[in-house]
Amino acid sequence: MEQQRSVSGLSQSPRSPSSQPYLSVSVTDPVKLGNGVQAYISYRVITKTNFPDYQGPEKIVIRRYSDFIWLRDRLFDKYKGIFIPPLPEKSAVEKFRFSAEFIEMRRQALDVFVNRIASHNLLQQSEDLRTFLQADEETMERLRSYETGIFKKKPADLMQIFKDVQSKVSDVVLGKEKPVEESNPEYEKLKHYVFELENHLAEAQKHAYRLVKRHRELGQSLSDFGKAAKLLGACEGQALGKAFSDLGAKSEALSIKLQKEAHQLLMSFEEPLKDYVRAVQSIKATIGERANAFRQQCELAETMKLKEINLDKLMLTRSDRVGEAEHEYKELKAASEEATRRFETIVRQMNEEIVRFQEQKTQDMGIAFHEFAKGQARLANNVADAWRSLLPKLEACSSA
Amino acid sequence: MMGSENPGFEEAHLFASREEMESLVLDDPLTTHHPNNNNNNSYSSFRSANSSISESTRHPLSPPVLSNPADSDPLLSPPVYRNPNASDNNSYIEPPSYADVIFSPFDDNSANEINRIDSTSKDPDSSLSLSRSSSSSSDYIKITVSNPKKEQETANSLVPGGNTYYTYLITTRTNIPDFGSSEFSVRRRFRDVVTLSDRLAEAYRGFFIPPRPDKNVVESQVMQKQEFVEQRRVALEKYLRRLAEHPIIRLSDELKVFLQVEGRLPLSLSTDVASRMLDGAVKLPKQLFGESTAVVAPHEVVQPAKGGRDLLRLFKELRQSVANDWGGSKPPVVEEDKVFMEKKERIHDLEQQISNASQQAEALVKAQQDMGETMGELGLAFIKLTKFENEEAMYNSQRVRAADMKCLATAAVKASRFYRELNAQTVKHLDTLHEYLGIMLAVHGAFADRTSALLTVQTLLSELSTLHSRAEKLEAASSKIFGGDKSRNHKIEELKETIRVTEDSKNVAIREYERIKENNRCELERLDKERRVDFLNMLKGFVVNQVGYAEKISDVWTKVAEETSGYARDS
Repeated sequence: MEQQRSVSGLSQSPRSPSSQPYLSVSVTDPVKLGNGVQAYISYRVITKTNFPDYQGPEKIVIRRYSDFIWLRDRLFDKYKGIFIPPLPEKSAVEKFRFSAEFIEMRRQALDVFVNRIASHNLLQQSEDLRTFLQADEETMERLRSYETGIFKKKPADLMQIFKDVQSKVSDVVLGKEKPVEESNPEYEKLKHYVFELENHLAEAQKHAYRLVKRHRELGQSLSDFGKAAKLLGACEGQALGKAFSDLGAKSEALSIKLQKEAHQLLMSFEEPLKDYVRAVQSIKATIGERANAFRQQCELAETMKLKEINLDKLMLTRSDRVGEAEHEYKELKAASEEATRRFETIVRQMNEEIVRFQEQKTQDMGIAFHEFAKGQARLANNVADAWRSLLPKLEACSSA
Repeated sequence: MMGSENPGFEEAHLFASREEMESLVLDDPLTTHHPNNNNNNSYSSFRSANSSISESTRHPLSPPVLSNPADSDPLLSPPVYRNPNASDNNSYIEPPSYADVIFSPFDDNSANEINRIDSTSKDPDSSLSLSRSSSSSSDYIKITVSNPKKEQETANSLVPGGNTYYTYLITTRTNIPDFGSSEFSVRRRFRDVVTLSDRLAEAYRGFFIPPRPDKNVVESQVMQKQEFVEQRRVALEKYLRRLAEHPIIRLSDELKVFLQVEGRLPLSLSTDVASRMLDGAVKLPKQLFGESTAVVAPHEVVQPAKGGRDLLRLFKELRQSVANDWGGSKPPVVEEDKVFMEKKERIHDLEQQISNASQQAEALVKAQQDMGETMGELGLAFIKLTKFENEEAMYNSQRVRAADMKCLATAAVKASRFYRELNAQTVKHLDTLHEYLGIMLAVHGAFADRTSALLTVQTLLSELSTLHSRAEKLEAASSKIFGGDKSRNHKIEELKETIRVTEDSKNVAIREYERIKENNRCELERLDKERRVDFLNMLKGFVVNQVGYAEKISDVWTKVAEETSGYARDS
């Protein structure tokens, strides 16, 4: 996945190439730490950058899977409208958690994850990203544990003040059951596309995974067949026996090639497909956020109107609560404008993101297909060569 | 029926269409014909068909031009498999194409003829594969079993209401003069096959007689009658073809009568169960109470003791075999042939290894099958994705991606077909292993013949020594009485007569035993020779097949790799 690790161009002002801003990350070196139930894998995260707020040309930190989750959640919360790069799944099966294959797959996926963030022109500017890449391990652990606490303490968030109030008010005012949704046909089409796409991709990924298994099974059966042929050869003896033994040896050699190819297939084809599925799921999450933002915008707009009516009433009656009401109205107006702004930002960003997403996926899939085809061709050539090498000997046997 | 009647047409048709098939655009792989559905029926013993037919004269698929020496060794010439019009011998590299498989109707005649296009073609000009029989390679007996018909039991059946049974049409084509005719057919039921098998077992003790198909009882829940009849038809054909392959048995009277003479096969006395039981029931009391001297007549000695008639003989031989195993003294004659003992060990070992290899071969075939299936399913999933992206495309990148997917999907479906074809051929080749397991059964039978003949000899020798000592005792006792003992003398005379007959029987038994030993030896030689040829051909066929299809699959994917090379990473 070196594509993701390539230099990201970010300059707004013309600079000489050597001082062009870059941010490149690699996730490496998985190491098992801890004991028993609490054992986990830690990764080395190496950052190479010349970004102004970052420390030095290179910085190395140690991170674990839950740190990545923290980063993802923070970005998801902050950058609504952006398709946050997906993370690999938590492992369901205990014994699989520490298998070499699983660890390597996860490492690769985490590497891709961070680099996608680092090469996204908005996400790469995130403070949380900087924290993730630079903070020392104790700070990281604190942040990770108190994640929910810090979240709630944000003072400047107007939405926070009104969140609980709004929902109560809107329930009363608008009626609980009424779903508020955009009526945008193009957006509808996009939503439908996303949901359908996930189904199709999941099926393709399922077959890709099965294909990996088939390679392993074929490898195993070639190995067994090879052994049996060798035994039969030992029993037969003479030229025929040798022929069987040679066949058996080739069969066993091919078995190894098949196991190798199975692994390649898993890493370079099946994993990208899974990644594709995860990306679509991330888009679905963003769609959810957009729906929320739309709903909030509507609710606040409604509430603001009501407040306005109320204020006018109060003004007419020259109530001494006018001042208070005016103040509240102003706040609501600001909040409503904020909500509208947020929603519109999401819409705008999603439109950009979808274009980028389609292009990125065409690239990713192109690479995956290329690797797949290369691998299959390589395997078939190995098979042909191995068997072909037997023909002269078999020929010699016959004429002997 | 597109059999061998029209060789030229078939061949031309195939060559023309092969090229078409290879350039076929896969627009809707879902309706692609899947030939492997028919595979289960089609791999009847191509081997036996191969060896019993003169390929040079009756090879419908050989090109009109006889192969010239330069062509006959494809290892010298570069692989020309891309040329569909190459002569047959170049098909050594080119495994049967999809066209060959799809355009042959799946009855055994054509299937076998198709099989001869592959590497095990026994074209005598070819240096590739060996022919089994060094001499008389132009003799052939070609047997076909077809046309099962349900018939009613006509006269006195035990079950009232009539019994139904199936008969099969058995057609033979041959150029062996002994048969008196070059083509004939007869209708037979399974019972006749059992009779044939029994009579052959009697007449050809010591030979490796192919085992006949089982008399399974049809379980109506498990299998439809039609399926059963078809299975039986296939099994019968296999059996008869194997018999026709055996250099001695193919010329036997029993087989001739079976193939040519209409009507129920006459049972020989010893195999007629009913008469055996009757005889045995009559004789046994006399034997037990010593009224008849229970002598084994010389003519009986050439057959093993059978239940029913030969109860007493069975008991005696059983006693002898127990004495052999548990008694302190060595039996009078032992199996001394060390060479034979070694060979027997080896055969046993060989059988185990063949069985093991056969099992692993089955697993390999299954794995290849699964690979093909999953590859196909993957292709279909991507076809669906392609359609979806094209329909919903809002951006050009989607259309590009859809095109890439289609490229991959098409290749996957092609590769899937190749895997399935490869597998169909692999099954045919590796089936040789399975065939030889059947032959091992025949070997066991032949060895059993030898053992039982030896046991008969040993029993008779023991008996003789018993009789002799009895006679001595009687003579000794009689000589003590002055003037002789009339009753004892009479007994001595009887005993001497018994001894004479038993001596004769013993000699016959020994001759029989030696004969069977010699049969064993010849058959073992034949087995070794033929097995070497068959296994080598199997290996070659298997390997050639693998190479051919691997090359095809590689081509498919290399093309895709080229078309997607724009995405290649710099690393």
